[in-house]
Amino acid sequence: MADVVVGKDKCGEQRLVSLPLSRIRVIMKSSPEVSSINQEALVLTAKATELFVQYLATYSYRHGSGKEKKALTYSDLSNTAEESETFQFLADILPKKILASKYLKMLKEKRGEEENNKDESEDDEAES
Amino acid sequence: MAERPEDLNLPNAVITRIIKEALLDGVNISKEAQSVISCAASFFMLYARSCANNFEMKGKRKTLNDSDVLSTMEEMEFQRFVTPLKEALEAYRREQKGKKEASEQKKKDKDKKTDSGEQDKSRDEDNDEDEERLEEKEQNKEEEVDN
Repeated sequence: MADVVVGKDKCGEQRLVSLPLSRIRVIMKSSPEVSSINQEALVLTAKATELFVQYLATYSYRHGSGKEKKALTYSDLSNTAEESETFQFLADILPKKILASKYLKMLKEKRGEEENNKDESEDDEAES
Repeated sequence: MAERPEDLNLPNAVITRIIKEALLDGVNISKEAQSVISCAASFFMLYARSCANNFEMKGKRKTLNDSDVLSTMEEMEFQRFVTPLKEALEAYRREQKGKKEASEQKKKDKDKKTDSGEQDKSRDEDNDEDEERLEEKEQNKEEEVDN
């Protein structure tokens, strides 16, 4: 399909990028850097983002467990963020999910450990 | 300036299309995965933006340019993007050049037509051309909305 990465322009001509440049400019301008962006840089950023989306999707699918079911899921993506160095910058926005019950158990265990440590140090003080 | 949170995200339809085309037919993509990929894309842009800023400062410039973006991709370990990006840039430059030449040719043709000695009219035509361009832009905007 020619429309894939080369979208159709308003005049019906083939465009090089599918993502809307105006929206990309808005997103880029929301960052703290104050300098402006020239048109070519904007086009390149749009294209790079497309390539990034393709790469993230295909990489996650190939390395993920959803492959057997022919599906791409959140866990495939969060695995990618954790295991791949290239995608590690996404780790904060793609955290691994755990069951709430598991998390509560972890908290309990941690508190238990802290209390044990406290008791031990009190015992030490008592002995001295 | 972005005023709503939606403004900071890319259009879902386009993101979904890009993902679907990248993966084989028949692969199901959960809604959650789609929305998270969209967030990741915005995050990628912002991350690249701040990375590119370093190159811009090195070059003592106040505008981000194409070489800043390419250097950033290498810096972020996305070297695989550099070649397709360069190709896209060349294609874009050719396109822009073609458009410029087309509009210049149009102007020349118009000038020829009115070359019957009415020089005042050509001034008006410059304004007309500007108006035409404006109209074209508006038309384009409308079509974009339709899309």
